[in-house]
Amino acid sequence: MKARVHVMLKNGVLDPQGEAVRHALGAMGFDQVEGVRQGKVIDLELAEGATEADITEMCEKLLANTVIERFEIELV
Amino acid sequence: MRAAVIVFPGSNCDRDLAVAFEQAGFKVDMVWHKDASLPDGVDIVGVPGGFSYGDYLRCGAIAAQSPICKAVVDHADRGGYAVGICNGFQILTETGVLPGALLRNAGLKYICRTVGLKVESSDSAFTEGYNAGDVIGIPVAHHDGNYFADDNVLAALRDQDRIAFSYTENPNGSAGDIAGILSENRRVLGMMPHPERAADEGHGGTDGTALFRALSGVLAPA
Repeated sequence: MKARVHVMLKNGVLDPQGEAVRHALGAMGFDQVEGVRQGKVIDLELAEGATEADITEMCEKLLANTVIERFEIELV
Repeated sequence: MRAAVIVFPGSNCDRDLAVAFEQAGFKVDMVWHKDASLPDGVDIVGVPGGFSYGDYLRCGAIAAQSPICKAVVDHADRGGYAVGICNGFQILTETGVLPGALLRNAGLKYICRTVGLKVESSDSAFTEGYNAGDVIGIPVAHHDGNYFADDNVLAALRDQDRIAFSYTENPNGSAGDIAGILSENRRVLGMMPHPERAADEGHGGTDGTALFRALSGVLAPA
């Protein structure tokens, strides 16, 4: 069983790396880019029987810092 | 008076912190991250700077889940004293002992220089050797020192006089120019600047000495 966890900074939390990427894209001539947010993708390989609740707990306790980040779980 | 300094893989300010404690009169135990308990009779725990676990995932995130950190959280929950400096501050926020989080510096650069710090509160065992309003010079050395907390937390920190130090010129984008904060019971301090690197004539500055001296004054057996 596999799961993919997406971790993104919450809206309103400054993402200077995303901002630097936006600047670079603008400088390259991609004028259509209005914003960039950068996050993480974490792939988990799980033993049979793992539940979405288990993964949620992993996210809340370690994979994301819920003070600044939100997460989404995708079962694949 | 006994201090415990935690050593993680990647800590690099642990010995500097131990020397600063020793010069203030503490007996220091170095405690490995895999230990599950602190030595008996520890008066204060120091969580040092560095790059614990290579800063993987988030600065301090993996250290916060180490066996010794559970003991540090229990120590703080019992009303014990603790100080987290730089990566140690990041670790203490990741454990939830201190509120907020440390984000990437707003300018994206690693900053390594002496900065001006304003003492916001002298009402703690860490800061009573200073006067509120004093400006001291203490080095910073970090890439992720941009303090973030939601508006409610920031208001509580202000209302409860829990901002220990602020930057005179904000180097990293920190909310409210915050450089260091206190726990609700004022017994845990987290700060990004390094007072242990300004605690000896050879460092080029001794403005950090008063912090360790004040601690020894409060924690000395009566």
